[in-house]
Parts: sequence; C-alpha cells; structure tokens
Amino acid sequence: MTTSPPDRPASPQDYPDHPASPLDLPPAPEPPAPVVDWHRLDVRMLVVRPLNEIINLVPVFLGLLVLGRGETWRVLASVGVIVAIVLLGLLRWVTTRYRITADQVELHTGLFVRKRLAVPRERIRTVDLTAKLGHRLFGLSAIRVGTGQRDQPGEDGLTLDAVSSAEAERLRVLLLTRTAAPTDSAQPDERPGTVLSALDTRWLRYAPLTLSGLVAVGALFGLVTNYARELDVEVLGPLTEAAHWVVEQPLWLTVSLFAGAVVVIAGVGSVLVYLVQFWGYRLTREPDDTVRVQRGLLTTRSVSVAEQRLRGVEVEEPLLLRAGRGAHAKTVTTGLGRKGESNLLLPPAPITEAHRVSGLVLRQETPPTRTPLRRHPLAALRRRLVRAVVPLLVVAAVLAYLAPPWAWVPLTLLPLSALLGWDRYRSLGHALTDRYLLARQGSLIRETVALQRTGIIGWRISRSFFQRRSGLVTISATTAAGDGAYPVVDVAETDGLALADEAVPDLLRPFLERDSG
Amino acid sequence: MSTDQLRLRAPRHRVSRKSITLWTLHAVIGWTVLLVPQLVALVFSRSPWQVTAVVATLVVGVAHTLVMPRWRYRVHRWEATPDAVYTLAGWLNQEWRIAPVSRIQTVDTKRGPLQQLLGLSTVTVTTASAAGPVHIEGLDHDEAVRLADELTTTTQATPGDAT
Repeated sequence: MTTSPPDRPASPQDYPDHPASPLDLPPAPEPPAPVVDWHRLDVRMLVVRPLNEIINLVPVFLGLLVLGRGETWRVLASVGVIVAIVLLGLLRWVTTRYRITADQVELHTGLFVRKRLAVPRERIRTVDLTAKLGHRLFGLSAIRVGTGQRDQPGEDGLTLDAVSSAEAERLRVLLLTRTAAPTDSAQPDERPGTVLSALDTRWLRYAPLTLSGLVAVGALFGLVTNYARELDVEVLGPLTEAAHWVVEQPLWLTVSLFAGAVVVIAGVGSVLVYLVQFWGYRLTREPDDTVRVQRGLLTTRSVSVAEQRLRGVEVEEPLLLRAGRGAHAKTVTTGLGRKGESNLLLPPAPITEAHRVSGLVLRQETPPTRTPLRRHPLAALRRRLVRAVVPLLVVAAVLAYLAPPWAWVPLTLLPLSALLGWDRYRSLGHALTDRYLLARQGSLIRETVALQRTGIIGWRISRSFFQRRSGLVTISATTAAGDGAYPVVDVAETDGLALADEAVPDLLRPFLERDSG
Repeated sequence: MSTDQLRLRAPRHRVSRKSITLWTLHAVIGWTVLLVPQLVALVFSRSPWQVTAVVATLVVGVAHTLVMPRWRYRVHRWEATPDAVYTLAGWLNQEWRIAPVSRIQTVDTKRGPLQQLLGLSTVTVTTASAAGPVHIEGLDHDEAVRLADELTTTTQATPGDAT
C-alpha cells in the first residue's frame, strides 16, 4: 500500500526555481501559473479500466458462463478474473500520479516497478486524446503527449490514462500553448478553431475502394472460427454443408457466387469500418496554432499537432482508390505514435479534397502537392520494366526445368506486371517549390510527399551497381518527422544533386564538383 | 540545361588500412559458417548436388573474400568539416551520407571484439531522423576518439534541439 502524500518532494536539483511543495510557493509566481501539485488520474478510472478490459474479455466470459452448464469452476474462474482486473485497476490508480510544472510534465507510476517519466514541455510536439467506449460513457479521455524523441524504440511518449474530458481539453490547450507564446495559459483560449475540412457523407463511396472491408471480413472470419472452436459451437457445420452444396453447382456459378458474396460483404464491411473510424471527422486549426483532427464513432480521437512542428503532408493513393480518383492524406510530423494511424489528416476522400487540405494545412495558396512534377529519365523506366519482367522469366525458366507443364503460368502475368512497372515509372517525379520538396513514387500505393525544406536534416545518396551503369541515383532527404527519410527514386545524377543542393542551400555545395562533359 | 555534370566528390580521408584485414576476417567468418554445415553433410552423403553446392560456395566465397575488402577500402572515405559530416561507404552499392553538424544529436564510438584486436573503431553520428545515422567504420582508435571529441565539442556549441 502506498498512500504517500500528494506533494512528495521531487529532487530539488531538477527544478531549482520551482519548489516542489505548493506550501513553499513564493507569493507571486511567474505569469503562467501551471499546476504544480500532484494529481491522480480521474477516480472514475476505477470503473472504466476494468470495464474496458471486461468488455474485451466478453467472449471468454461467454465461454465460461453461458456455454458451460453452470459448473462451479467456471463461475469461480470468472469471478476470479473480474476481481483480479478490479484490483489491478485500483493498484494502478493508487500508484499513478502526474503533475505539470512550468518546465515539464511528470508521471510516476507502478508499484513493483516504479516508473518516473518526465517530459520537458518545450519538447512537446503533439497531444493525442483518445476516448474508448468505456471512457466515453464516463466522460473521460486518455492523453498521450508526444515528443520528438526517437532514441528509444517502443518509448511512445507519455500517456495519462485517463482524466476527465474537461481536464483533458484544458491540458491539451495548456501543453501546446506553452510552445507558442507564454500567454495567460491558465485561461484556456475558448475561441473555436477554423474548420478546414469535415466529413462529407459522399466520401463513403470511397470506402469500398480501401480494401479495409476485405481485411475486416478476413478478421471476422478468423475470429468467428477461432471462438467457435473455443466455445464448442458448431458454426463450421452449417458452413461446411453450404460449402458442399456450393461445390456441387457448376464451376462458373460457384465462382460467381463466391466472388459476389465476398464483394457484397466486403463492401458493406468497408463502409462500416469507414464509419467507425471516421465518423465525426473534423480538421480544424485551433487559435493556439495547432492543427487538430477529431474523428471516431465508438472510440473518439483528437490529435493535435503544433503547427511549427509540422514538416509536411503526404498524400497516399492506393491503386483502387486512385482508380476512383480518391486519396487520403497524412501529416509529416515529429512526436506522433506509430500505432493507430495518429498521423491521419484526411480519410479516403476525393483527390481534390486531399490537395485542398494539404494546401490549407501548410498555409500555401496553391497546394504544394499539386505542383507539376519533373519526370525521371527513361533509364528509370527501363529499371522498372526489368524488375517487373526478369523475376517472372526466372520463375518460368525454373518451372520449365522442374515442372514443364506449369511454365506458362508466370508468363501470363507478364503483361500485368509490365503494366505495373510502367505505372511505377509514371508515378516517379520530383519538384521543388520555394518552401517544399516534392517527391512521388509507387504504384500499388502511390505516395506524394511535400516535405518542408527547412525540415531536411541531412541527405543519403545511394547508387547501386545497376543505377551507376544507368547514371541514376536515389536521393533521400532525412528528417526528424514521419518516416525519417523520404526518397527521390532513380533520378539522373546531375538533376538529383542539383535538386538537393537547391533544396538545402550550402549543405551539399562543398562536396559537389562539376566536370564538363 | 548545361552540359556540366554535377558529381559528389570523394570525402577527403580514407579509413585505416587495417580495415582490409577486418573486412577479410568478416568475410572469412561468414563463409565458414555457410561452408561447415555443408562439409559435415558431405561426410554422410555425397550426391552430385551437394558437391556442386560446396564447390560453388568455395568459389564465390574465395572471390568475395579477396575482392570485397580491397574494393571497399578504395570506396570507404570520410570527412568532417566544421559544418557537416560526410561519408561514402559500400562497394557494389555505394552510399553517401551527409549530416549537418547543427543537427547532430549524439556521437558514439564503438568497437567490436575484432575491431579491438586490430585497434579500430566505428564512429556513429546520429541526428533526430530515424533513418539518418552516419557511420564511419574502421578508423584508427585514436583518430576515432579525437573525431568524436571534436564533433561533440562543436555540437555542444550549436544551439537548438536539432530537430
């Protein structure tokens, strides 16, 4: 049991000019008077966390209680699990405390393994509020504070799970304003943000083009069969019978039935997934100069990014979505967790909307992602085609040797593969605007990135044996944000180096040489 | 477009000549690991396939062990100016890396057992990018320490949080 006083003294050398105990506070502290005493997480978490975990375990309880015949061990096991979950929740609540001083956000947690996290406030890049269903019922939100620190993998910033939604909102403004200007941050700015974009129900037609339905169908099928086996339910029996019936029909009927069923279920599934993920989507610019994305039907999320930490925008067009003239967009920024698509800027929507949003978010008159791109040399096309064709030819040759009757199969894929190679070449492009470096690549997922030139913190220029023979190089701009490096693939050596030299003046210049030829 | 061709010039300094030995040792160890199981298998059964595989491994291994270290030595170069760290590495595939000194976050030196044996060190310079560490492999240990110190000093003198 640790019921230590709330004003546990912190090591004084950490914050010499901020006394640890509120009792010793000088009469008039500096203008921003942030919370200095320790806070616990919201007391409602005692209910919410166990509830969330129990909801996740519902199938197990079903298996234990409903499907059994009320044997004692099943009941006891269920009660035991619930008690353990509640106790763990209590322990966590008792041992977790946080406070926000003028300089840092601190979190102490854990009983057996005590963890003390401190994040300097000037390093805070993003604030991510997530409210799962259980949280929402009780008016709570979890806050994740993201910094640009990438040294320790798995170290995903600092999370307060959870505080009341009002407190979360207050903290969001407090934590992000500090970086902009030391104004009166105790009084959160109540002005509403400017809406840059909001969900349009017509965007739902892009849902079936995202394949998320297909993934959902697969996951659902896996889940059902898995639990069916665990819970001794004969789901497979009727399914097997249906399958037998289907197989007895003519082949064309079977194939079209199956394909039809998958398409319909996947279509419906993808619309549902889209709604669950993006319901209530709103992209706003808040008065404190942050860009904020809110979304979610069941679990609501709100991700705020300090605008001065925004390094660019990436527009993604997966092949199917591209065929429907759609796209989705991501921010390129430091300090966002990698899980849960926290860098989402725009859900699948018309490509025109993606461009519009990228222009608005980056405060550019003409969207940088619309900049006409320079094509790459034909040698790049040759490389794409060789890569598309040669592996298939090799496979065909091996098959011709090992299993001659099958050698034709890879050859039938040749036209498709070549087409893909050609499309990959068509996607390649780069450009430079006065503030952004543009690079585009990819066919199955075409990615166009607009990277702030001042956000580039180095170059990697690679040249493989074959690239050297074709006079090409791949130039990657490294940055602290997003993927870490954004490549301009297979560009002519002179063009690429000129591009890099122009994008970041004086960095590459001392290492360049010219020879007339 | 002018007829001028832009090129990256080679960084100024070569790495230590002892690196050739290091890379040779690496190659020998790697190929031995591949070869030994094959030889053991050869004791038990001797199909033409296996013999071909062993011979192929031997030929490729010897060629690689002879060519790669010397080729690498001719390629690998580094340079540290007051403004940037600049390296070139690789052999068949080559890569230039440039990190501005103002964006450096940490400077480490590291030596594996073989490197200690030969008195070599690797200097790793990281920036805030997840993809941008610059490695200078195969420096003489003293030189590596000197370089690391020098870079640390200049980095500390540069304000900002390097992102």
